[in-house]
Amino acid sequence: MTETLPSEITLSARGSCPFDPPPEVTEQAKARPITPIRFPDGHIGQLITNYTLARAVLADPRFSARQELRHIPIPNRLADGEMGPADPGMFIRMDPPQHTRYRRLLTGQFTVRHMNLLVPRIERITAEHLDAMAEQGPPADLVKAFALPIPSLVICELLGVPYSDREVFQQHTSTMLRLDSTSQEVYGAIGKVNEYLDGLVEAKKASPAEDLLSGLITGGELNQEELVTIGFLLLVAGHETTANMLGLGSFALLSNPAQLAALRADPTLVDGAVEELLRYLSIIQIGIQRTALEDVDLDGHHFKKGDGVLISVPAANRDPERFEHPEQLNITRPNTGHLAFGHGVHQCLGQQLARIEMRVGYRALFERFPDLRLAIPADEVPMRSDMAIYGVHRLPVMWEEVRQ
Amino acid sequence: MKVTVDRERCCSSGMCALTAPKLFDQDDEDGRVVLLIAEPPEELHAAARKAESFCPCQVITVSDD
Repeated sequence: MTETLPSEITLSARGSCPFDPPPEVTEQAKARPITPIRFPDGHIGQLITNYTLARAVLADPRFSARQELRHIPIPNRLADGEMGPADPGMFIRMDPPQHTRYRRLLTGQFTVRHMNLLVPRIERITAEHLDAMAEQGPPADLVKAFALPIPSLVICELLGVPYSDREVFQQHTSTMLRLDSTSQEVYGAIGKVNEYLDGLVEAKKASPAEDLLSGLITGGELNQEELVTIGFLLLVAGHETTANMLGLGSFALLSNPAQLAALRADPTLVDGAVEELLRYLSIIQIGIQRTALEDVDLDGHHFKKGDGVLISVPAANRDPERFEHPEQLNITRPNTGHLAFGHGVHQCLGQQLARIEMRVGYRALFERFPDLRLAIPADEVPMRSDMAIYGVHRLPVMWEEVRQ
Repeated sequence: MKVTVDRERCCSSGMCALTAPKLFDQDDEDGRVVLLIAEPPEELHAAARKAESFCPCQVITVSDD
């Protein structure tokens, strides 16, 4: 029986439509809300593909995010032994109250109001990048010209990381997110970024500035190791995720001309378009992992203490019980709540920043280049099936007209 | 309609302030929910319910009376 269980490898193997979840996941989702799954270490856990159950598990404190309880869902990342508890500051792999203490030091910086204040600056950064793209002329790689640099620059400014050092973290982040990287390569890459941040934090201690890292330093609540780890989390999460949404979202809109036309005709639809793209694309393709701390019965499903639970965000966000015609991109769909940012106490800290970057980004891109189109056939766009965060590796685009 | 919030369990996602800004704000210190109107007028009832359903930590409770 266990021979036929799906394994995590297939969780990133896409079918003919690059925007749809992997066919194997969709198949499981159609058959049942929850499926036994084999983790690379041999552990038999559970794969959740149903929206309601996914949301219930993510909101339930009986399911833990603690690092030492995890079964690594990526085959090449099997550590040599058991994983220890999360390093100090790595709060995404902790439960309350440890998690709460760290998170509350940061949440004041990511409020809706605080993020709204950044709109003019993000608009300016976006305009500058689109200017440069227009200046250089077609064709352009939208990832290099637009999707990656804008969120990278924004998070650098917010944290107080010199943007000129971006090569250090962009290259190593890429290694960390490649599904075929070995544990050794991943830890090596993490080490390099941490080494860089260690120096940066030391420098900021000597001369603090008006930025988030300096604020955390002068707050005096965190030691050097915690400051480096939190800086690492914010830096990596802050640029890769939004960058991939900008790239893949642009591809999705260019591939759905009626949706793009509707957005161009009425740019105020952009808020809804962002939520719909988040749902439709669900770039956290492997899913979110939790471990049952005790035997749990939830919505008629039984979880044993110690069960590794993998929540497929792409499948849950395409659940037909929750979303009508979930396979369709519909930017005017009423927003009923998607799980792209997760759910529960770990829901994405930077989600309000991501929303603003996407609203500003998509709107400016399609206003500036009214006839923007793909420069290569859609089926030749290199997709990030090989990465923990889905998206496009490159997106070559063409245009004739540029608006000021 | 009566709205209550549990600030102790709030995880500062900002979903309430995003969804129903007339009803909810966030603390500048740590982003936790600040309830602006405990008994919202009829035109804000739908927004209140939406904020209740979106809250990732289920700290918003809306009751009819």
